[in-house]
Amino acid sequence: MTKQSGRTWLKRAPLLAAPFFFAASAAAVPELSAGRRAELVHLVRQDCGSCHGMTLQGGLGPALTPEALRDKPAESLVATVVGGRPGTPMPPWRQFVSEAEAGWIVQELQAGFPP
Amino acid sequence: MRALLILLASTLLTACAGPQLRGTGDLGLVVERASGRVTLVDTTHRQPYGRIEGLGDLSHASAVYSRDGRYAFVFGRDGGLSKVDLLEGRLVKRILQSGNAIGGAISQDGRIVVAQNYSPGGIKAFDADTLELLSEVPAEYAPGKFSKVVGLADVPGNRFAYALFDGGEIWVSDFSDPRHPATRRYPAGRQPYDGLVTPDGRHYLAGLFGEDGIAMLDLWQPEKGARKILENYGRGEEKLPVFKMPHLRGWSVAQGKAYLPAVGRHEVLVVDTATWREVGRIPVRGQPVFVMARPDGRQVWVNFAFPDNGRIDVIDTLAQEVVHAFDPGKGILHMEFTPRGEQVWLSARDDNKVLIYRTDPLERLGEIPAEAPSGILFASRAHRIGF
Ligand code: HEC
Repeated sequence: MTKQSGRTWLKRAPLLAAPFFFAASAAAVPELSAGRRAELVHLVRQDCGSCHGMTLQGGLGPALTPEALRDKPAESLVATVVGGRPGTPMPPWRQFVSEAEAGWIVQELQAGFPP
Repeated sequence: MRALLILLASTLLTACAGPQLRGTGDLGLVVERASGRVTLVDTTHRQPYGRIEGLGDLSHASAVYSRDGRYAFVFGRDGGLSKVDLLEGRLVKRILQSGNAIGGAISQDGRIVVAQNYSPGGIKAFDADTLELLSEVPAEYAPGKFSKVVGLADVPGNRFAYALFDGGEIWVSDFSDPRHPATRRYPAGRQPYDGLVTPDGRHYLAGLFGEDGIAMLDLWQPEKGARKILENYGRGEEKLPVFKMPHLRGWSVAQGKAYLPAVGRHEVLVVDTATWREVGRIPVRGQPVFVMARPDGRQVWVNFAFPDNGRIDVIDTLAQEVVHAFDPGKGILHMEFTPRGEQVWLSARDDNKVLIYRTDPLERLGEIPAEAPSGILFASRAHRIGF
């Protein structure tokens, strides 16, 4: 389920700004404005937090701490955030975060998410 | 004893002139999820009267009340269990009972407080006086496999009903002997996400995420096993993504009908509680999270998952339709009615406020500042089955 190709996301992601999308990948994290970063931190802590816990220690969804994510490839985690995991409660967030933004979220999660 | 009571009452922060005795029937608490704190509130004066800090991670926190309505037991996400005294406005005791908890319940006789845990999955029973551990029931549904526990509810006979998200079962544990609970298991369906017991304590319902429908166990005749109701409510239709799991807790039974959140649909399902058949669907403005009946059953209030969590829809149960649709604030996470339903308090997380409304005619009465408020829980819960 996490093995969707980038192409599939592209087709399913009409809301993404195309140039932005091509410029970014999970590895090369884009420049996000401070305001947008603050919004994403709020989204992750509060709205992802309803399943993963506000401290990201896990809940109905698994922990999203650096230790928990250490050995997981960033691309597949980005795919999970954008596309969700069918058959589980993890929903697709592509309406609300671009793939590039999901890349930033995953990078921060793996490094230790800002408060 | 009398002197002690007077002393307790006088410490209430109600700015009163002399010592004053006090009941708790109009008191309650607001969980401030980000700051590990609860604010104590008085619903008669619509004022906060105290704050209790240091309760840990309170995201998704809930609370139950002792049968005298004096103490609240607050369950934190980090596995903390805190006993709070509403009269003295202080923390009596706090323990860390597990790594990751999701809520709890109190027994019919008020002597056992039970916490439900995600990891390690299972339930744990504590003495309500001392918070001493009495016993535990690990949710080991297959050898070596433990499930997250959801939807814990107290049911008559000092029993507790709950559902296993990973195990797909409803369990009922009898704590007549608090140190040696006896558990019965009932297959329920795929991925139960929450549960409720009807106000009369007879039926336990577990909402299913992994399939359409709701599993129902008749606690008066549990030997008949859980059966599925509302199996066909979404057949063949594409589900919308669910950005927050719905909750079944709250009295959503009104006038012989149960009002339940549909999963992956912007609808409230209406079920006749005599036949347990679907009798209607009411379109609403998002994925419902809480669907709560006003105590008299005339109105049902609905809040919503992200991104529609600034909205409230009010259903008139006589008209069977939404009669008020309004956007009271940002991040409306929870609502609580005063005991007889003339007011409802809403937590607006992203506005850092609790909003107070009169329910009929609908009117905003005021607000109370609170840091990222989530659960609002009034002491009148002490006397209701399933709260
Ligand atoms: C409605 C509940 C829910 C919400 C809200 C939610 N998740 Fe999840 N998430 C899950 C579940 C459940 C899983 C585990 C899926 C599985 O079993 O594979 C998961 C898995 C994940 C994973 C993969 C973890 C791993 O170890 O493989 C990531 C990353 C993730 N979520 C990020 C997020 C982010 C970021 C958000 C918010 C934008 C979010 N989730 C919101 C339920 C949720």
